[in-house]
Amino acid sequence: MNAIQTPLHTEDYDALEVGTTATTASKGSVRVPWRFLGGRALFYAFTLWAAVTINFLLPRLMKGDAVSAYLARNRNISPEAADGLRALLGLDTDKSLFQQYIDYWSLLVRGDLGVSLLHGLRPVTEVISQALPWTIGLVGFATIVSFAIGTIAGAIVGWRRGSRLDAIIPITTFLSTIPYFWLGLLAIALFSVNLRWFPIGKAYGVGWSPELSFEFIGQVIHHGFLPAMTIVIASLGGWVLGMRNMMLTVLDEDYITVAQAKGMTNRRVLWGYAARNAVLPQIQSFALSIGFIVGGTIVMEMVFSYPGVGKLLLDATNAKDYALMQGVFLVITLSVLVANILADVAYAFLDPRTRQTGA
Amino acid sequence: MTAPLNIITRSTARSRFGAAFAMFRNRKSITGLSILGFFVLVAIFADVLAPYSPTKVDPTARFQAPSFEHWLGTTHIGEDVLSQVIHGTRGVIVVGFLAAIIATLIAIIVGVISGYLSGWRSEALSALTNVFLVIPGLPLIIIVASMFDNPPLFVIAAVLGLIGWAWGARVLRAQTMSLRNRDFIQAARANGEPLRRIIAVEMLPNLMALIAASFVGTVTAAILGLTTLSYIGVIPVTTYNWGTILNWASAQGAFRQNQWWWYLPPGLCIAAIGVALSLINFGIDEYVNPRLRSAGERARAMKKKGLNINDAVTAVRTNTTTKETR
Amino acid sequence: MTLLEFDSVTKVYSVRGAGQIKALDDVSFTLESGQTIGVVGQSGSGKSTIAKILTQLETATSGEVRLDGRPIPRHGSGLRRYRQQLRMVFQDPFASLNPYHSVRHHIERPLRLDQVVPRDELKAEVRRLLERVQLPISAADRRPHELSGGQRQRVAIARALASRPKILVADEPVSMLDVSIRLGVLNLLSDLQREEGLGVLYITHDLATARHFSNEIIVLNQGRIVERGTADDVILRPSHPYTQELRAASPDPEKFFASISDAEGGAR
Repeated sequence: MNAIQTPLHTEDYDALEVGTTATTASKGSVRVPWRFLGGRALFYAFTLWAAVTINFLLPRLMKGDAVSAYLARNRNISPEAADGLRALLGLDTDKSLFQQYIDYWSLLVRGDLGVSLLHGLRPVTEVISQALPWTIGLVGFATIVSFAIGTIAGAIVGWRRGSRLDAIIPITTFLSTIPYFWLGLLAIALFSVNLRWFPIGKAYGVGWSPELSFEFIGQVIHHGFLPAMTIVIASLGGWVLGMRNMMLTVLDEDYITVAQAKGMTNRRVLWGYAARNAVLPQIQSFALSIGFIVGGTIVMEMVFSYPGVGKLLLDATNAKDYALMQGVFLVITLSVLVANILADVAYAFLDPRTRQTGA
Repeated sequence: MTAPLNIITRSTARSRFGAAFAMFRNRKSITGLSILGFFVLVAIFADVLAPYSPTKVDPTARFQAPSFEHWLGTTHIGEDVLSQVIHGTRGVIVVGFLAAIIATLIAIIVGVISGYLSGWRSEALSALTNVFLVIPGLPLIIIVASMFDNPPLFVIAAVLGLIGWAWGARVLRAQTMSLRNRDFIQAARANGEPLRRIIAVEMLPNLMALIAASFVGTVTAAILGLTTLSYIGVIPVTTYNWGTILNWASAQGAFRQNQWWWYLPPGLCIAAIGVALSLINFGIDEYVNPRLRSAGERARAMKKKGLNINDAVTAVRTNTTTKETR
Repeated sequence: MTLLEFDSVTKVYSVRGAGQIKALDDVSFTLESGQTIGVVGQSGSGKSTIAKILTQLETATSGEVRLDGRPIPRHGSGLRRYRQQLRMVFQDPFASLNPYHSVRHHIERPLRLDQVVPRDELKAEVRRLLERVQLPISAADRRPHELSGGQRQRVAIARALASRPKILVADEPVSMLDVSIRLGVLNLLSDLQREEGLGVLYITHDLATARHFSNEIIVLNQGRIVERGTADDVILRPSHPYTQELRAASPDPEKFFASISDAEGGAR
């Protein structure tokens, strides 16, 4: 008995075309990974909404009398400002919760974050915008330096595994388990009080006001050196360790052996192949740790009395200036989101895998 | 015909129990655990170990450098620094572990469930995790903590735990997703095992190392968070921990007046516990990723023979003593 | 007696960015108790999809699967009963056992889940199952990494038999084992089938073992059945070009030696 036969498919799909996720290499312009970036943008929009909603809910969870007592203490607020504050701080209980929410959003969209009672009734946005550049400067500078030094050091330590350089790992790890603020205080005790190399705090000398002159910039550098160095030293350990671990994993891969067998110089293998692949997860963890970096910077500002948003938050907390507290939190969250977006964009363009469709 | 079994070790119940804790058996973990154990003992026996009550004021002995009566000197009103540090251990240990337990439990529930499920439920939980990851924790805690007047330790631990679960959840989700597609999980599903048994009995044991590492990391973060918040003053100074001691020291100008016996010990203790916890985590890391363990050793072994592990070409030794054979 | 009916089953997957993939296209077959059907085809032809649909790890897009004339329930106790009667042996002996648990745990789980024997008889039943797959009782307390590949696959078979199923789906059960022990495992499956009267679906890409152990063979290509018939008919007298290609691709010692003797005969 013959076997039953079925006609073969005429329109076969090409297994190679459908079965893999590789797309044709495009010359010239870089393919923009729209799907990846679009997904991230959606996520950040959602996170922003969540942060705003948390900000909305927080004062409404507190005991209401604390807030109204605070408002009552300050008589010379204009009626509009008072209304704005009431909406921000959850005292407009005559309206429904949903209505309060709408009002809150309309305030935010107009850029009105209330007035700061601690700072002489100036608008919160104005107070924050004066402090923000200092924080961004300090944290931006310190983070980039720390990331760069840490990643490069980690790559070298990973490359020269088994050598005496391995001792760097426990040293930097020890430094990063020390609480930021204590390291800062020690730095002050040693360098400011005893050695008198650096001033004790603040961003610039007493009696100066910000201006664009060499002397002022010199002052800024002089005052900012200690805080920046403390952040760098404290956060170095994490970058070194992460990079070194990734290097060890990458160096075991076959393509490294191929590169070496091809006769490439050690330097090219180390930097062009190994470090380049090991750095990708570093960028991801950098994006994730922005929140922690911000936290550390806040503490640093408190220790050094650096006039950034961190110190602003501390003063506001102590004085129970709720409007300013809320505003600072919102601004900090927004900055973290922006930094995350930038890191994601950088990662998307660096990792060839995210550039493919459907990958 | 029975297939022969050439097994050397006999697997007993005791050796299986030991295998479960294999991740703690290397030198680094043991060192870390010992240091941690020391602090735990100090916390438990604080009342017995401290020579004085931490609040005992002695107006005749203010700002004293270390002496025989006061091993770590005294504060601005004559309290014994050593006793304060000893008593401070308790708050740190309790809050640290409590916060980590809360955070790890949440991380396990959210991470494993979102890793096992697929579709919108998994994505939603993942989005929730990422939100908590991105929103900066310290400012949030500062604001939340300032809402309370005198929070008990439990509340502080709960707040720290609620802020810190996201990292572990993310890691566990990734690992669960990779486990989920393994055949033995598919076999359990095909046999009709209920979901809760698959997660609890089949998956969790394979996630143990990750959970341990996440727990240890969270303890570190909680302790750092607690001491930082105490130093700032957001957490009221009626609770005793090393951070509040530093708060008083700083307020009384100890840093400017070089009263090192007051501000060095608390900070060193924080660092010591941090080091201990990091060592434990290193040990777990090396257990999970054997490459980390052997990489340095291989290189050192090769170095002894005069070879460099990074050389592209395998060096041929020319000082062999055997005759060349055809 | 007809046990299992696979009726016009189609399975379509949607892949993000690559459209839709038809893994199975209108596939039908019937399995009787005591009979082995060999499912043959190359990687990607849809063989494993059949296994996944049978074990309800995936659901068919269209078509129906019937056991004893009744369609498979989607959930509830009906699904539980169905699962008890159809068990699968997976391809990879290293991955199909949980590295954390002992052999005894693996075999006891289905016994407990389906309440095959009362609690006090569990230990005896585990011993009996291990004997049937020719493993010593001392294997029960070992963990998977302490066993060889062939031993692990026997544990997997014991686990599959624990619930006393009527149908066994073997998805390439010996592909990842050493060649020298493959015959042993396959003979074990064959003996067990005879003793228990099981219906076996033997999925493989190896024509020789398919012919040896199956009564009937189905050839799959790109999700469609291109040929079916008795084992000897399909392998020895293939009529479909794809089957002929498959056969031509497997090395045949007889042809090789025949060509040598031809050459020698010609040279003389």
